Amino acid sequence: MNTISKIFLRREAGIFVMIVLFCLAVGAFKPQFLTLQSLRIVLLLVPLILIGAMGQMLVLVARHVDLSIGSTLGFSAMVVGMMFKYYPEIWWPLGFLVAIGVGAGLGLFNGFLITLFRLPAIIVTLGTLNLYRGLTYIISNAKQIDRQYVPSELKAMSQTSPIFGIPWIIFMIIAIALLTYWFAMHTRVGRQIFALGSNPVAAQLRGINVSKITLLVFALSGALAGLAGIMYASRWGFVNPSNTGSGFEFQVIAAVVIGGVSINGGVGTVLGTVLGVLLLGCVSSALPLLGIPGTTQNAIYGAVIIIALLIDRGVRQRAIKTISAKA
Amino acid sequence: MAANSTSSATPLLVSRGISKQFSGVEVLSDVDLDLMPGEIHALLGENGAGKSTFAKILAGVYRPTRGTLTMNGAPVEAYSPIHAQRLGITLIHQEPISFPDLSVAENLVLGHERGSLLGRVHWAGMERRANELMDMLGIRIDVTRPMRGLSIADQQMVEIARALVGDSRLIIMDEPTAPLTPKEVETLFGIARKLRDEGRTIIFISHRLEEVQALCDRATVFRDGNLVDTVNVADVSDDDIIRLMIGRSLKEYLHKQRTTIGDVALKVENLTLPGVFSDISFDVHKGEIVGVGGLVGAGRTDVARALFGVEPAATGKIHVNGSEVAIGDPSTAIDLGLAFVPEDRAVAGIFSSLSVEKNISAAVPGKITSGGIIRRALEHAVASDSVKKLRIRLASLQQPIGELSGGNQQKAILARWLLTDPSVLILDEPTRGIDIGVKAEFYDMIGELAAGGRAILLISSELPELLALCDRVLVMSEGRLTANFDRSEATQESIMQAAVPRSADQEVAA
Repeated sequence: MNTISKIFLRREAGIFVMIVLFCLAVGAFKPQFLTLQSLRIVLLLVPLILIGAMGQMLVLVARHVDLSIGSTLGFSAMVVGMMFKYYPEIWWPLGFLVAIGVGAGLGLFNGFLITLFRLPAIIVTLGTLNLYRGLTYIISNAKQIDRQYVPSELKAMSQTSPIFGIPWIIFMIIAIALLTYWFAMHTRVGRQIFALGSNPVAAQLRGINVSKITLLVFALSGALAGLAGIMYASRWGFVNPSNTGSGFEFQVIAAVVIGGVSINGGVGTVLGTVLGVLLLGCVSSALPLLGIPGTTQNAIYGAVIIIALLIDRGVRQRAIKTISAKA
Repeated sequence: MAANSTSSATPLLVSRGISKQFSGVEVLSDVDLDLMPGEIHALLGENGAGKSTFAKILAGVYRPTRGTLTMNGAPVEAYSPIHAQRLGITLIHQEPISFPDLSVAENLVLGHERGSLLGRVHWAGMERRANELMDMLGIRIDVTRPMRGLSIADQQMVEIARALVGDSRLIIMDEPTAPLTPKEVETLFGIARKLRDEGRTIIFISHRLEEVQALCDRATVFRDGNLVDTVNVADVSDDDIIRLMIGRSLKEYLHKQRTTIGDVALKVENLTLPGVFSDISFDVHKGEIVGVGGLVGAGRTDVARALFGVEPAATGKIHVNGSEVAIGDPSTAIDLGLAFVPEDRAVAGIFSSLSVEKNISAAVPGKITSGGIIRRALEHAVASDSVKKLRIRLASLQQPIGELSGGNQQKAILARWLLTDPSVLILDEPTRGIDIGVKAEFYDMIGELAAGGRAILLISSELPELLALCDRVLVMSEGRLTANFDRSEATQESIMQAAVPRSADQEVAA
């Protein structure tokens, strides 16, 4: 293991250094950035992105992409919100089952279109990004689910803490990251996802069921987006048909790519992805502090993705050079 | 099992009447062959002779059209590569197909595991097993490193180790030595012998006769899709094998009419593209047909592509009609009077869904437009004229070209390039996959074109074609020009001798 992870470890160490340098640089101007309070802000910014990023990482590793997760989040959140509104007597944890189930269903639909008709994931999920958003408007009559309908126990998950003042949601994302790590590294199907992304032709020759794996990664990505949907309701206390989850895919893909997951498939680690999410969280919590207006944030996210891709390319080319130097 | 106990043993695999057709063309007919346990068996033949097709049938890549395979007495059916692997047959590709981002150990076991998909991956156990295999083969590769970055030789070793994970009894190596250094070849041979001594069967496909002599116990020679003979390697010489490989009669009608040879039309000096071809120098005169022989992969097509500016050479000079030129892209080449009919027409030659007339007129927009607008009438006139001249058989000029037979497609492409009135015509395997009648017409046409004063560079893997048509024959081998024969010196044997790669330091031949 130690040698395999050498290259990736370097990459992860690199992101870690970037986080530290960034925080120190911001701290030099605004010392209050380096306090526990702002760590708390960062940690409350990232959970949804992290949940989505675990799914997106698996999708990218399999050499696909899922652009629809923002709308999947929105639709699942809306279904759950409407359930809470119209059946207030329902046992609230059932909401998790519903959100994850609805998300998985939408993800499977993506997967079916991609495997059955051999369509490129980028186009399919661009289509369903709009389709699922449109369905959200239709089922909700374009009306928001207001605060009073969201169960207070659910809202509490993002605020109250079992221990050390750390909210439940943080424990939840730690558990999800650990589960994803175990799944990706220590189950046969997890390794098959990496194999498929590394070389689809070889995967087929080795008897890997390519369609099944593809369906699985999209179902997982959808299910996690659905979970992020109900956690959105928990975190913000409402579900809005147009805002909820809008731009989510963008932040998630940014975080995953910064975390060193290759868009060419086959490469990605949970640790790198978590660090990518944290870096993105640091950037977004520092911007308001530095007096950078919210309107500029998208431009900065965009720039961060491109810089991450350039670094990724640089690493790859160095790898290729060392290979050809050996030959 | 002891080595070489082939005489008394029962065959591992028996092939009876194995035949294969591709879209109606028989590329392999009635192959009967017994492969014995504990032998290294060479498959030999010219390109297209059928040896690779046969190997791929064994490995489950192709399904035979007719015939039966029996392994250890049981018929082999329901073929696929995975199925073949489970039966114990592994094909080692020249450039192994692997997962570059996964570790060597994972590459070894992936596809061999059984059980639940959620089953645990035991990294430690997997790596221990991988190390045992590497030790057994005497290879030193860190099994925890990613596959990416391993040399081709090491990748092949991993593939061989993979065959052992599945305990393969038949290991097929398709031209494994082509990308290897002599030292790596020696290691590979050591391992092949070791596997043979364990009673496994190795099929070894190679063009290098001295390797066959050094390694193999028996050799089977294919020619034109037929199994010609199976010989004990110890009993025959290189020359015997070459004769078996090419021994077909020359077609009588293939004699080129004498033409007057004019000035130099194309002169090439020291053309080099590192890693692909190097130091290529030759010239072609007006009215002359210069053939380029050699094996597939010798770099012939690459030289043609460089001349036409598709992938220009790095260094070297090109002169066209006496003046030095720089050809950086195909449109420059066309302006200079060059034309190139590429080898794989389906990929590089035709616009398959467009009509025949649009395909023919594609290279000469100037002839079918006025005021920058395509005139249908001009297009039609130009195309129908070509169809008559080249005797292209078709239902209608509006027919999509993809519906024509291979030979007629090829004629249409030739027609397209003749419209540009080229002074130098480069033909890459122009008669591949066309039936013999159209071939003869093609030969006539090429002869007429030369007689009309054009310089023709003809790349062909078919020796009779080169011998019959060409005034001179160049031979390439592994990116170098190894011979430049005059019509009188060129024979099948001399061309083959120059085409077969020979390692400079004869380490292997020991």
